[in-house]
Amino acid sequence: MTAIRTTDLTRRFGTFTAVDGVNLTVEPGEIFGFLGPNGSGKTTVIKMLCGLLPMSEGNAWVDGIDVRQHPDLVRTRIGYMSQKFALYDDLTVLENLRFYGKVYGLHGPTLHTRIESMIESSHIGPYVTRFAGRLSGGWKQRLALACAMLHDPLILYLDEPTAGIDPVARRQLWDLLFQLSGRGITFFVTTHYMDEAERCSHLAYIYHGKVIADGTPTALRALPDVTPPDTHRYEITVDETTQALALLRTWPGVRSATIFGRSIHTLLEQSLSAEALSTRLQEAGMVVEEVRSLLPSLEDVFVELTLRRQRELEALGAPK
Amino acid sequence: MNPLRGLTAIVYKEFLHARRDSMAIMFSLLMPLIQMTILGAAIDTNVRQIPTVVFDQSGPISGSADSRVLLDRLRNTDTFHIVQLVHSDQELNEALVAGQARVGIKIPYDYARRLLAGDTAQVLVLVDGSDSSVAGQAINVAAQVGLRESLARMIPNARALVVDVRPKMMFNPDSRSPNFFLPGLMAVLLLFVTTMLTAFSVVREKERGTLEQLLVTPVRPLALMLGKITPYFVLGVTEMCAILFFMRYLFQVPIHGSPVLLVALSTCYLFVNLTIGILVSTKANSQTEALQLAMMTVLPSIFLSGYIFPRDNMPLIFQGISYLVPASYMINITRGVILRGADLPELWPDALALFMMGVCILLLAARRFTRMIV
Ligand SMILES: Nc1ncnc2c1ncn2[C@@H]1O[C@H](COP(=O)(O)OP(=O)(O)OP(=O)(O)O)[C@@H](O)[C@H]1O
Ligand SMILES: [Mg+2]
Repeated sequence: MTAIRTTDLTRRFGTFTAVDGVNLTVEPGEIFGFLGPNGSGKTTVIKMLCGLLPMSEGNAWVDGIDVRQHPDLVRTRIGYMSQKFALYDDLTVLENLRFYGKVYGLHGPTLHTRIESMIESSHIGPYVTRFAGRLSGGWKQRLALACAMLHDPLILYLDEPTAGIDPVARRQLWDLLFQLSGRGITFFVTTHYMDEAERCSHLAYIYHGKVIADGTPTALRALPDVTPPDTHRYEITVDETTQALALLRTWPGVRSATIFGRSIHTLLEQSLSAEALSTRLQEAGMVVEEVRSLLPSLEDVFVELTLRRQRELEALGAPK
Repeated sequence: MNPLRGLTAIVYKEFLHARRDSMAIMFSLLMPLIQMTILGAAIDTNVRQIPTVVFDQSGPISGSADSRVLLDRLRNTDTFHIVQLVHSDQELNEALVAGQARVGIKIPYDYARRLLAGDTAQVLVLVDGSDSSVAGQAINVAAQVGLRESLARMIPNARALVVDVRPKMMFNPDSRSPNFFLPGLMAVLLLFVTTMLTAFSVVREKERGTLEQLLVTPVRPLALMLGKITPYFVLGVTEMCAILFFMRYLFQVPIHGSPVLLVALSTCYLFVNLTIGILVSTKANSQTEALQLAMMTVLPSIFLSGYIFPRDNMPLIFQGISYLVPASYMINITRGVILRGADLPELWPDALALFMMGVCILLLAARRFTRMIV
């Protein structure tokens, strides 16, 4: 059974369509990465899937249950960690955990062991008696995650779970996600970090309320829209990156160019070969250290898709 | 599914909040007591010693012998306090306009002569009508004094009146005002504490986003609401007992009925107010909004419950509305038990009405809550 399925999921706020006909399928045990720029509708989709926000149109099933018809049944199967910290500031870490455990009907020794294991996996042990409001941002995130997972849900929605937490904690969190997904728990995760996107088993990219790409990271990299048949992607390492970039952008045959650290990622048309490019840069007085062929990164994929979509929208808007 | 799922968890959490916020709780417990003390000490609805000016034309300097008799009688009623003697109509008028006096008495120059001749002597009593209870009292007492004076002169030898009507206040024999208005005030004070606190408690969760997190859990709307109500219910009962204690021992208001019965019946009232608070919170999105909405329910309660104006004197439509105001029933109960010594057989309909109201409002709020979620 699919873990999450939506058909034509739509949400309007007045005349504004925040989520527009979204079709998604998430298999059990997947870590499903839901990406998109700010305001593209990620949180809105999650809220509809949790039964927090009514859908304007379309349907959604979570663990095979119709969210519209049985939101209460859905709630026992899911965990939700909201983008904004939403635990009780005036309760301690332990009290917050106890409260969420009790809400899900845990009590006695079961509650105790669940809390113990959450404290262990989130490493929040030293802070159990501290008020949640006094925790630092990263520890708040970990506590929120612990509370969302306490009742051992089948499906977990994590809305930007790693925003503001340090690299070590981020690594620990992802290790935990892998471990749990191995046990069949499904994760629906939003993030703005590309390295996290790389780790997802499945990705969907939403832009202006519409899903414009959906597939495994490998499949997305191979999208013809990202690297059209008559183009090639290169990484150029050069001593003066900013000057080189300015030059490249003026040349015909260069579709796009962006700086990545000490190198430039560029998309060239067939007509412009890598050797020709490197010669021309040297003629302009630059030292070209290396030119190598490159697979698009996920960032390339999303930037490319966004720009394309923008052009399409502009073209649509122009005749009006 | 169990409609009360999650209730114990919510109660657990709410008591933790209450403990953490003990300052606010203490404050909300003390506020009504302070208000009651101030109002109890300051307000006296019995009208006594109304400042009065007199313009006596009937004699050269201090009137005539007859007019002095009349003025003495007026003074002896304890209703009039003669603060000034004036010597012209204009001064009389000015004293009233300036508010130096509420009553102006003018005894014309022919007062004594007409009495002597057996004619009707006139006395003009000007009453400031801006305070109706003062005006009413002044007119009544003045008319009565006039009547007695007339009778005494018409039947000079009668030792007693032919018909002697003696009114006696049955349930408040000294007609002390605290005895009458404190039982009503009790209902109003409880109204503030309970309605506001519950409304705020839910709205605060909305503002902080914790309500959303709570709503993805399987907690049922009814359980959430009852759980939210519970600590404030306990608070309300405590407050009720404290007010009762203050009233009895600080203001010496005798409780003629059973205090236990009073507390028991008023739990119904607390319940209604708490559910109103919850209903308000389903509508309001910020604490300011909640405050405004709560005020909209509190103010009519004060004016329509009979706390200030007797319900029987209201226009019919407002009498009808007053049946929808929980405080009306509560005031019936408190005045009944405290002043009249009423017992369960007389008061159960009021308590039942309150309880039914509470149940209806709670179900209404639960429905709104459910809709708010999906
Ligand atoms: N309750 C609401 N009323 C009106 N508009 C809303 C409401 N909630 C969200 N929106 C709008 O819907 C759009 C999508 O918002 P959403 O929060 O889903 O974006 P997001 O993808 O989660 O963004 P971010 O990455 O910044 O979290 C935004 O334009 C937002 O302003
Ligand atoms: Mg968001």
